[in-house]
Amino acid sequence: MAVETSQSVAKAAGANSARGRGRRTENTPRSTGPGRLRRALSTHWYAWSMVAPVVAVIGVIIGYPLARGFYLSLTDANEANVERTIGVNHIPATYEFVGLDNYKAVLTDNVFWDRLGWTLVWTVSCVALSFTLGLVLANMLNRKLKGRTFYRMALILPWAVPAFVSVFTWRLLFNERSGLFNQLLAGGGIDAISWLNDPTWAKVSVIAVNVWLGVPFMLVAMLGGLQSIPAELYEAAEMDGATAWQRFRHITLPGLRPVSGTVILLSSIWTFNMFPVIFLLTRGGPGDATEILVTYAYKLSFVVSPRDFAGSAAWGVLILALLSLFAVAYRRALRKQGDMW
Amino acid sequence: MRRGIAATALVAALGLTTAACGGDSGDQGGSNSSGELSGTVTYWDTSNEAEKATYQALAEGFTKLHPKVKVKYVNVPFGEANAKFKNAAGGNSGAPDVMRTEVAWVADFASLGYLAPLDGTRAIENQGDWLPQAAASTKFDDKTYAVPQVIDTMALFYNKKMLKDAGVDVPSNLNALKDASAKISKKWPGKSGLYLRGDDPYWFLSFLYGEGGDLVDADGKKVTIDDPSGVKAYKTIKDLVDSKAAITDASDGWNNMQNAFKSGKVAMMLNGPWAIADSRAGAEFKDPKNLGIAPVPAGSAGQGSPQGGWNLSVYAGSKNLDASYEFAKYMSSAKVQQETTEKLSLLPTRLSVYTKPTVSGNEMVQFFKPAVDKAVERPWIPQGNALFEPIRLQMANVLGGKTTPEKAAQETGDAYRKMLKDYK
Repeated sequence: MAVETSQSVAKAAGANSARGRGRRTENTPRSTGPGRLRRALSTHWYAWSMVAPVVAVIGVIIGYPLARGFYLSLTDANEANVERTIGVNHIPATYEFVGLDNYKAVLTDNVFWDRLGWTLVWTVSCVALSFTLGLVLANMLNRKLKGRTFYRMALILPWAVPAFVSVFTWRLLFNERSGLFNQLLAGGGIDAISWLNDPTWAKVSVIAVNVWLGVPFMLVAMLGGLQSIPAELYEAAEMDGATAWQRFRHITLPGLRPVSGTVILLSSIWTFNMFPVIFLLTRGGPGDATEILVTYAYKLSFVVSPRDFAGSAAWGVLILALLSLFAVAYRRALRKQGDMW
Repeated sequence: MRRGIAATALVAALGLTTAACGGDSGDQGGSNSSGELSGTVTYWDTSNEAEKATYQALAEGFTKLHPKVKVKYVNVPFGEANAKFKNAAGGNSGAPDVMRTEVAWVADFASLGYLAPLDGTRAIENQGDWLPQAAASTKFDDKTYAVPQVIDTMALFYNKKMLKDAGVDVPSNLNALKDASAKISKKWPGKSGLYLRGDDPYWFLSFLYGEGGDLVDADGKKVTIDDPSGVKAYKTIKDLVDSKAAITDASDGWNNMQNAFKSGKVAMMLNGPWAIADSRAGAEFKDPKNLGIAPVPAGSAGQGSPQGGWNLSVYAGSKNLDASYEFAKYMSSAKVQQETTEKLSLLPTRLSVYTKPTVSGNEMVQFFKPAVDKAVERPWIPQGNALFEPIRLQMANVLGGKTTPEKAAQETGDAYRKMLKDYK
């Protein structure tokens, strides 16, 4: 094994000359030398064989569905016209290629823009709130205090409970007639709030639940970030007479930037597509008040009849495009600030 | 690690699905040389919590008649059954052999090729004995795709004692209902007269029919929900809630309704025979005689309530069709229907069962049978079930004050025209 490895390393080291020779072969008739591909394979077979399984797996579980989804979004495929055989019934494929019609229909429809608006509000408020809360809590927990381990454990708890369990529990708490929140309010002499039945309160409720679920992630990431900031910086600042706020502003925040940049990007993408919280808490309701883009795409492909595969795929591609745009823009902004990840 | 949430939910959903599906009916069955049926029949039952024990016992009773057939009983909540069946049937794995199918689902499933046609199979027994309205929902394209098991309609459930104590009669129309509610709220502050389902379009239908309207005119290929009658129906539900004659919710409606009614927080609700067993389990109905049933309150055009019910359909991809046909026949047989009436007060779909003394003597049957005879048949078209979603959306908008009844009716109509390409 060791011999093989060293051999391939030696060959890899000679890659430059190999490439040089490769150029020359282009001028000579093909039949004379071994093919470029074959040579590349023989040179880098080790690397190829290491990469191949990953490429195959990615191709099968990501590449194919992605390409297939994109293709479907250019057709008028639905549950009634895709091919399938069920027992004695054979249904042939009768869907057709319709070009960009689906996209045209989606983008000229108010439904999409309404959803997009709320999805952005939902993403920004969820990420901002959970980030701020996580940052504050991490700062509080990063000092020596009694029972720190207990607090840390308690704050991680939302993470340990399966999401659907927490969401169902929240649903019980929010229940207008028998939920704990309204009973507490009634105890304080305040009128009951229609948590999940009023569009505005429903939006507040779903955001609250998602923030609750999201804070532990932020907290853990921030704690890790805080612990990587050298203590000497704080000591030096203290010697220079910097106030607590100045220390936070000029040491903690810049020190956290690499971590916070990454978690904000990740958390934005997850929140943008946070299906379970909305679906399990309100089913997008009341009406369609809390429906985000992904829950609507789900509705198209699983709730309406016949299921609109093409329309749903078009929504999916648009969601993917939006998120890719966001990720690219965000990375560029970070790079400008000098952060690399 | 937020991704973990999505993954957990997915895994949970898959877990539930596979647990509920129970996989294919693995062993190939059929009838052996002596004509004896064998193999496994997976049965998805959609009955509610209060009913499922009875249905499980009945389904498993099939094994007594056919000892070599194993019945795999799976209870799938009604709200999930449609999507779950479509996932399984379209993906060719995990679909049940036989499913208890809502009447409006039959044409939908059949049009997509998911159901086995039953004409000329052993599933159909004594077709002349079926109630004609129940039989209507089993047909698609002149073929029979299901056998009817239960028929139902809606009525006004009321708490006899509460109405008596408040000194009101059982309301027969919407104005009387509002008066009765006002008196009840006055006598017991914090209590209401009626619970109105704000999250389930099925409950909207009796208000729509009460105004003489309908969702669509399937024969005339015309959308009728945005006629003045549809507008009036939306106005009615808004008025009932705004005037505090009724309370409502936009989510968890079924549980909230049953809890409110069973604990005496509301005196009345609209519901069907499927709620009898559950309601009687409540504190207010320890004495079953306290549960009163009356026709739905009439709108300006009279009393109207939708015809509903349950059929049994056989999955086209079933590996054990013979046993599945036999099982569907058994579950819709007179004997099984008689038992569901005796135990759960559900209405049979066979004329002959109504002649049995235990059935004809059942108080609930005595009330519901004439109501069913007058119930409004729904359009038995593939989109029949899909017609509900636009209403659900607009009900929430109207009740939440987000839109006017006029606008809601118009938007519903527009959504229908999008769905039903050849309709005016």
